Amino acid sequence: MNAGIEKRIELKAPLSRVWRALTDHREFGEWFRVKLEGPFVAGQLSQGQITYPGYEHVRWQAVVQKIEPERLFSFTWHPYGIDPQVDYSKETPTLVEFRLQEIPSGTLLLLTESGFDKVPAERRAEAFRMNDSGWTQQLKNIESHVAQRP
Amino acid sequence: MSRSGRDTSAAKRRHHAAVCAALGDETRLSLVTTLSGGEPRSIAQLTGGSKMTRQAITKHLRVLQSAGIVHSARAGRESLFGFDPQPMHELQEYLGRVSAQWDQVLSRLKTLVES
Repeated sequence: MNAGIEKRIELKAPLSRVWRALTDHREFGEWFRVKLEGPFVAGQLSQGQITYPGYEHVRWQAVVQKIEPERLFSFTWHPYGIDPQVDYSKETPTLVEFRLQEIPSGTLLLLTESGFDKVPAERRAEAFRMNDSGWTQQLKNIESHVAQRP
Repeated sequence: MSRSGRDTSAAKRRHHAAVCAALGDETRLSLVTTLSGGEPRSIAQLTGGSKMTRQAITKHLRVLQSAGIVHSARAGRESLFGFDPQPMHELQEYLGRVSAQWDQVLSRLKTLVES
């Protein structure tokens, strides 16, 4: 079973710009809606407070896995870890990976979240791969939006 | 991030993981595929045509049963195994919510890098 999320977007912005938005903890906090306590460091716990209205009581916790400049940024976390009464630390976290690639029109961002099943990817069946028709529309929005503001 | 609609139950999440893990095996997946046709089958029927022993098939069926994907009912002297789609529907709903959440988060990233 392929219990994972895959998103692919083309951003009409330079690779370096997208990389900064992903890995500068203040910029990351802006779009992810979290106030982080410090910069991302590979192998270290990143902590902060969610700033999304209604969820300000929720702590952000993730362990940064890889920071490969302008190529790969990844962390592990507990995707549903929002109930302060529940200790999620004993549960196996999922892995979130942002991969960047330079393309003629700007930057290709591939997001994956995997590990919902704790089963090696190669053993999962393709049959249950998530398809995101909603994202196709989003992709078009991004394209037209970035094209107007290079 | 928008967490509305998020499931706060850790137990439920563990159940989703159990369903995924149960399906993360070729033999079990093929058993599910067979049973998802809707017609309950006996172990003898499920073993026929496969290279696996009755014992091995039984073991896989137990895993599927404990995840709630398969249930068994007595029919005379044998057990018939049937498919229950509910856990898989729930799992897909769960992943759908996680997916929708990423859509929102990434659209905010988009706005940032574009401005």
